[in-house]
Amino acid sequence: MTGALGALGSAVLAMLASIGRVVIFAANTVKHLALHPFYPREFFQALVQIGWLSLPVVGLTAFFTGGALALQIYAGGARFSAEAVVPSIVAIGMVRELGPVLGGLMVAARVASSIAAEIGTMKVTEQIDALVTLSTDPMKYLTLPRVLAATLSLPILVAVGDAIGIFGGFLVGVNRLDFNSAAYLKNTVDFLETADVVSGMVKGAVFGFIVALMGCYHGMNSGRGAQGVGRATKSAVVAASVLILGANYILTEVFFTS
Amino acid sequence: MIELRGLHKSFGQNNVLAGVDLSIERGKSMVIIGGSGTGKSVLLKSILGLITPDQGQILVDGQDVTQADRDAFLARFGMLFQGGALFDSLPVWQNIAFRLMRGSLKRPKDEARDIAIEKLRRVGLKSDVADRFPAELSGGMQKRVSLARAIAAEPEIIFFDEPTTGLDPIMSGVINDLIREIVVDMGATAMTITHDMTSVRTIADDIAMLHAGRIQWTGPVGDMDQSGDRYIDQFINGRAEGPIEAIR
Ligand SMILES: Nc1ncnc2c1ncn2[C@@H]1O[C@H](COP(=O)(O)OP(=O)(O)OP(=O)(O)O)[C@@H](O)[C@H]1O
Ligand SMILES: [Mg+2]
Repeated sequence: MTGALGALGSAVLAMLASIGRVVIFAANTVKHLALHPFYPREFFQALVQIGWLSLPVVGLTAFFTGGALALQIYAGGARFSAEAVVPSIVAIGMVRELGPVLGGLMVAARVASSIAAEIGTMKVTEQIDALVTLSTDPMKYLTLPRVLAATLSLPILVAVGDAIGIFGGFLVGVNRLDFNSAAYLKNTVDFLETADVVSGMVKGAVFGFIVALMGCYHGMNSGRGAQGVGRATKSAVVAASVLILGANYILTEVFFTS
Repeated sequence: MIELRGLHKSFGQNNVLAGVDLSIERGKSMVIIGGSGTGKSVLLKSILGLITPDQGQILVDGQDVTQADRDAFLARFGMLFQGGALFDSLPVWQNIAFRLMRGSLKRPKDEARDIAIEKLRRVGLKSDVADRFPAELSGGMQKRVSLARAIAAEPEIIFFDEPTTGLDPIMSGVINDLIREIVVDMGATAMTITHDMTSVRTIADDIAMLHAGRIQWTGPVGDMDQSGDRYIDQFINGRAEGPIEAIR
């Protein structure tokens, strides 16, 4: 009994300690934003890697999700003859919830893993040590550009994903569910408020921060050897995904009550 | 001058350094020898602050390194890592000129590239290597590029962790001469780790042998053969029999 309690206690302590380390790491990253120097080349490279090259996967995810959402809402709405809500619910569902969450998760899979693997490999092959001896702060040179690029590009990815998702719903609505295309569009535009779009984009920014931060944190703390990098990559994706879903609930609560 | 006093470092149960005392004169070339896994690389990394020692003091020109301004301190050093540690996202010339393209030593791109190519030549590589990526080079070529990076900014103090491992005998000779030249012509202070006794005799002014976490013997390279120390005798003559266990 005491053994089990002890194990539970040390597990909780270990968890709290790692939360503490992540918070310190995050604070450190943000602090470097204000400190000289800034590496623009690394930042633009990260922007291309994280923002631009994630467009296809985020776009495809949104497209199919929007289409499926239209079918589901039509089927659900038909039970109380409310098929007409399809356009507005697809729009609101995409913009407020599914766009940012699915976009964030797809980027977590694509970007958190690649950042963790890249930085982890650099750590294991002493490249991080080499950076330090060449008077370059790894937090500034590696972490900050990636975190900043992800935080700034995810809202835009989310907005693009929203539009593509709504378009997917529109195609299904018009072609499969016999909506009138002009009416579908009018319904979408009339119901959607600026606050819906903005709240989704704010979520995107937070998720972007989480994804890049987890990639960098786990990469920098990678264990030795190929196995260490493998573990770091896995931890980065798992942590980023869980944190995205947790943060999503908290943010939704905040936007919902305000 | 670099002075180490009572340096200790353990990793878990593994006591790697157990009281290392050593001093390296300015402008001299010190070679560290010792069995595999005795902590030679850990020693160099501790001086650079990449590993924090558990106990002991490191003084550079009389100043405790933990008190020194990090940037100014590191700007005086160059380091060749045992595994090369080249940035694989950058082409060879940008690796070499890394320090010359950022921070206080920043200079125009063309100039940095010219210096990189000049350093490539000094380590026996042609300029057509400049635009390749590290992953496209052989192990020995990577090592030499890494050496070029370590000396690119002409640091006052240079650490070489096994500079000739993996090189053919002729290239080893070129690199040994280069290290000697850097110390004599540029007046740099060098610390070199090597297992190659030819290197030891070409490069060293002084040698120190690390064994069981301490400096077993240190002195001028000329005294090495008559040291009267059984450990160093066994080591430099490469005998399996002797006070040093073959299985460690
Ligand atoms: N970051 C680390 N974490 C845990 N143990 C380490 C770490 N770095 C080194 N060690 C251990 O310290 C010991 C000394 O390692 P070091 O790399 O200094 O050896 P070395 O003398 O340079 O050997 P070699 O000649 O083979 O390069 C080894 O037992 C190694 O396992
Ligand atoms: Mg070593």
